[in-house]
Amino acid sequence: MADTPAGVEIRTHTMNFGPQHPAAHGVLRLVLEMDGEVVERADPHIGLLHRGTEKLIEYKTYMQAVPYFDRLDYVSPMAQEHAFALATEKLLGIEVPKRGQYIRVLFAEISRILNHLLNLTTYAIDVGAITPALWGFEEREKLMEFHEAASGARLHANYFRPGGVAKDLPAGLTDRIAEWAARFPQFIDDLETLLTENRIWKQRTVDIGVMPLEDALAWGWSGPCLRASGAAWDLRKAQPYDTYAELDFDIPVGRNGDCYDRYLVRVAEMRESLKIIDQCLTRMPDGPVKVQDNKIVPPSRSEMKRSMEALIHHFKLYTEGYHVPAGETYTVVEAPKGEFGVYLVADGTNRPYRCKIRAPGFAHLQAMDRLSKGHMLADAVAIIGSLDIVFGEIDR
Amino acid sequence: MGFMDRTARSLLLSELVSGMALTLRYFFRPKVTINYPYEKGPLSPRFKGEHALRRYPNGEERCIACKLCEAICPAQAITIEAEPREDGSRRTTRYDIDMTKCIYCGLCEEACPVDAIVEGPNFEFSAETREELMYNKEKLLANGDRWEAEIAARLQADAPYR
Repeated sequence: MADTPAGVEIRTHTMNFGPQHPAAHGVLRLVLEMDGEVVERADPHIGLLHRGTEKLIEYKTYMQAVPYFDRLDYVSPMAQEHAFALATEKLLGIEVPKRGQYIRVLFAEISRILNHLLNLTTYAIDVGAITPALWGFEEREKLMEFHEAASGARLHANYFRPGGVAKDLPAGLTDRIAEWAARFPQFIDDLETLLTENRIWKQRTVDIGVMPLEDALAWGWSGPCLRASGAAWDLRKAQPYDTYAELDFDIPVGRNGDCYDRYLVRVAEMRESLKIIDQCLTRMPDGPVKVQDNKIVPPSRSEMKRSMEALIHHFKLYTEGYHVPAGETYTVVEAPKGEFGVYLVADGTNRPYRCKIRAPGFAHLQAMDRLSKGHMLADAVAIIGSLDIVFGEIDR
Repeated sequence: MGFMDRTARSLLLSELVSGMALTLRYFFRPKVTINYPYEKGPLSPRFKGEHALRRYPNGEERCIACKLCEAICPAQAITIEAEPREDGSRRTTRYDIDMTKCIYCGLCEEACPVDAIVEGPNFEFSAETREELMYNKEKLLANGDRWEAEIAARLQADAPYR
């Protein structure tokens, strides 16, 4: 026994954070190397929610591929559909009628508020404040009802289609949205009363997970996380799609790039989204909501039951689908989490040849090690919350 | 002055107190929760819930086995087999939906040229075993009979938009 070396002292120890940890936002498994309570290295392990969406889409017609996008970032489904619809429209060379564009922008912004409400309130839970979530989910419930009234589903909408939207808004829905939008600023004020100046909230978030602008750009960040670091980069302004060019809104920008700024940027973005929603409601023209080309968009049911030609179109579209001319496009939208891109390659058949999905959460999560190094374990939770991670889109 | 102001606010816990006061105000507001099994949230006519196969008013089943729903289903949850019936009309001999595969996208309902397969208003069809969620034609037709009044009203309400 005397020959054995004295015990080797191992200072760090490894710890599993997740995949079942409630603050891991889904199925994040974070392997943390800890020095006492300080994180030395954070190693995110992904892939537990991998479903092979990109490969599956290669075997679906363009119409069948749309519902797959709801299931990427399941907190803001319509924003993802938007990217795919825009990409397909670009390849087809069609333009959606104005009313369809306004409906899409309206619901893209409703999705943004839905997403930020969920993110901010669960982020507050992670940090110890339960009340915002209880209130925030009431507002989310109201928005879900609008979602359901338009698309028929509370989450997996399948509403934005290449060529427009599935159905026009039901009568009276715009009034209900306007009524809600008039009262929502009061809720944001209440949310801010609870959190913005609260000393516990500030102690947990200010100067935690600071990301300087150069690093944020180098890590491929986008969306509210990048804006919190100080870049006024918003794809709705930089390369407007649908009707964003006609709408008046500002880009909230943070200064320090810490968890607190990411919170503030999201709160300010909800107010901007509200401005866009108001403008959409007042400006929305009447007219068709999808392109009037029955080679791409199915004819209306009444027409389909009357006209033989419409019935043939109906059968063709629901079996074979439409053929998209060969070409490729990388089309991006400003999803609530950041730059959501679809790289779509068409080979002239009725199915995409390749559909690469660029998920913003993936780029944000990869900086986890950079952000949490040297922070306490509890701060890693705050950082995850502030990054707005959703595993549906990271694992795809 | 700013320093004095900040210090006073900090010592008096002003932001915590105002947050607490707000919580107290919410405490005395009417409750927004609903007593779920007895009260339910609103559903629009477009809601995509449990499937049903409908019949014509004379009792004849609508489905003509055109298999459009089977073709469009992105999850490949629908299986149909068909052959001519004794009277020569084309009808399904088998119409199965695997409800565990279904993603409730509503494309089957959109595709159906005779309004036979619909996604009804029912969302309370959870089951204890997986087998119970493999719906066959009898189950789907029974659903249609059970929900026909609601389904017809919903289709009527949504008809201008479809």
